Amino acid sequence: MTLSKGDFDDPGDLDQIFLDLVEIENNQMSNPQTTNNKQQITNNQQQITNNKQPTTKIQTEKLSLYYRAKPAFEDVTMSIATGCITALVGPSGCGKSSFLSCLNRLKDLMPHARVEGSIKLGDLEVLDPKLDVIALRRRVGMIFQKPNPFPLSIWKNIAFPLREHGIKNREEIDSIVETTLQDVGLWDEVKDRLKDSALALSGGQQQRLCIARALALQPEALLMDEPCSALDPISSSIVEDLILSLREKYTVLIVTHNLAQAKRIADYVALFWFQSGSGKLIEFGSGKQVFESPQHSLTEAYINGIRG
Amino acid sequence: MNQQQKTNNKKQTTNNKQLITTSLVWSVPLIITAIFFWILGDIIWHGIGQISWEFLTTATKDAGRSGGIAPIIVSTVLILAVCLTVSIPLGVGTAILLAEFTREENWFGRLVRRSLDVLAGVPSIVFGLFGNALFVRILGFKYSILSGGLTLACMVLPILIRSAEEGLRAVPNDYRFGAACLGICRTSTLWHLLLPAAVPGLLVGLVLGVGRAIAETAALLFTSGYVDHLPTSLLDSGRSLSIHIFDLSMNISGGDPNAYGSALVLIMLLLIINGMAAWITHRWLENRILYR
Repeated sequence: MTLSKGDFDDPGDLDQIFLDLVEIENNQMSNPQTTNNKQQITNNQQQITNNKQPTTKIQTEKLSLYYRAKPAFEDVTMSIATGCITALVGPSGCGKSSFLSCLNRLKDLMPHARVEGSIKLGDLEVLDPKLDVIALRRRVGMIFQKPNPFPLSIWKNIAFPLREHGIKNREEIDSIVETTLQDVGLWDEVKDRLKDSALALSGGQQQRLCIARALALQPEALLMDEPCSALDPISSSIVEDLILSLREKYTVLIVTHNLAQAKRIADYVALFWFQSGSGKLIEFGSGKQVFESPQHSLTEAYINGIRG
Repeated sequence: MNQQQKTNNKKQTTNNKQLITTSLVWSVPLIITAIFFWILGDIIWHGIGQISWEFLTTATKDAGRSGGIAPIIVSTVLILAVCLTVSIPLGVGTAILLAEFTREENWFGRLVRRSLDVLAGVPSIVFGLFGNALFVRILGFKYSILSGGLTLACMVLPILIRSAEEGLRAVPNDYRFGAACLGICRTSTLWHLLLPAAVPGLLVGLVLGVGRAIAETAALLFTSGYVDHLPTSLLDSGRSLSIHIFDLSMNISGGDPNAYGSALVLIMLLLIINGMAAWITHRWLENRILYR
């Protein structure tokens, strides 16, 4: 697998792309006959790509996270493809969630966490200490295992972050609330009680509200930390369908313990494993390749073990 | 047979144990409630006869033996107002610093917390002497409502800060992480999510603090004085209800009936404040989600 230089390209959102120079290197793994396209794009020109090959949204380079001296995971080098669903699987305690929390710098909130290596979001170095973390987190949303709506009304749950990011116009907020709630399939269920507490919703509805809240900020990437595991099977399948519908428009990284789910929805699968004292990325490839012809013996055992 | 007896004996002992535990568990709260009602009953019994519209609205006469307690009530409310105006912002600010901006094991936070715990245990007479030295003499506020209120603020702060801090720490981290992940800055998170969620905790601290302040006698003797006239400014000396009760029952012969009346007013004031706090908490929890 070669490293690919990322760009800002998001096929679902072409109007917003301003890049002086975009270098696209296709991911060799998914495409054996690699082509290198160099495109010169001026500031105001819209980029038109018919490029079917996924470009890299996030590129990590020898990324390690330590809590005090104890490593959570080490040396993870991975390129996450734009507009695809990448599933992180593996046993508990091998650093999958910690890996996610590096990508939006949530680890800043955790005491004694120290990161080494590099994360590129497009041209942006995420680990740059001078980085505007607030702007970064607007671009990279996150969903947690336990739905965490704020103790506010349904409407305000979506409106509050919007206002914080400078969208103050009431009509604009109302229309964003409606479209995002429609996107997550919650509009018909809650449109008559937008002023009711979000905490009165069911678990599945709360999780969809959290996804809507994240989508309202129009992020480029969504990090999901076991978004279905606290939900009942029906809610879980609704949320899973929702995640599938986000493909193409958003780059999705999802941690899941449900291998069947990973197999159903993931374009790419990364297997983390606890090895020699810390979490390691032991296999990364397309979902088909990982599930049908795993390269690593542990991957095979893990997949077969779950199958029984 | 022997075995059977043994099990029976065992059952008997367990039953006895249960009985002892049950009676202990029930008797202690019963005794405590009984004491409370005894005190309350005694005060109501002796004091209710004194209470009238006139008692509440006229000036004291004859050193308090007759007349009302209007100036006393005004002084009490003013002292309390000074105390809360100073202590609430300081207390909440310190609690925010302790709970949100320092880690629990941080040396500075630990120092502040340790100092507060010591302060909370300091006898009120010591606060009185301190207030007398600082506010009455050094800062030159004389014996006044201002000096008394500020001294009470010093006394109430430790209670207020510690319960406000607990209230903030009790807010689940889910909100902090959720807000951070949406790119909401810490100030807005604090203002719009954490403080509203901590309001019930803040109010508990406030009720405890007000309770301590309104009952305070020793610290006020040295700071707000015991002039029983209606105060005209914050720099006037004023007599609080608790000092009035103390004076009537200890220094004035024939002052007992009015002492009881004043005590009843004091207790009612306290109950009203507690009730209001409970009501605000309830309303807050119910309506918080509706504000825009």
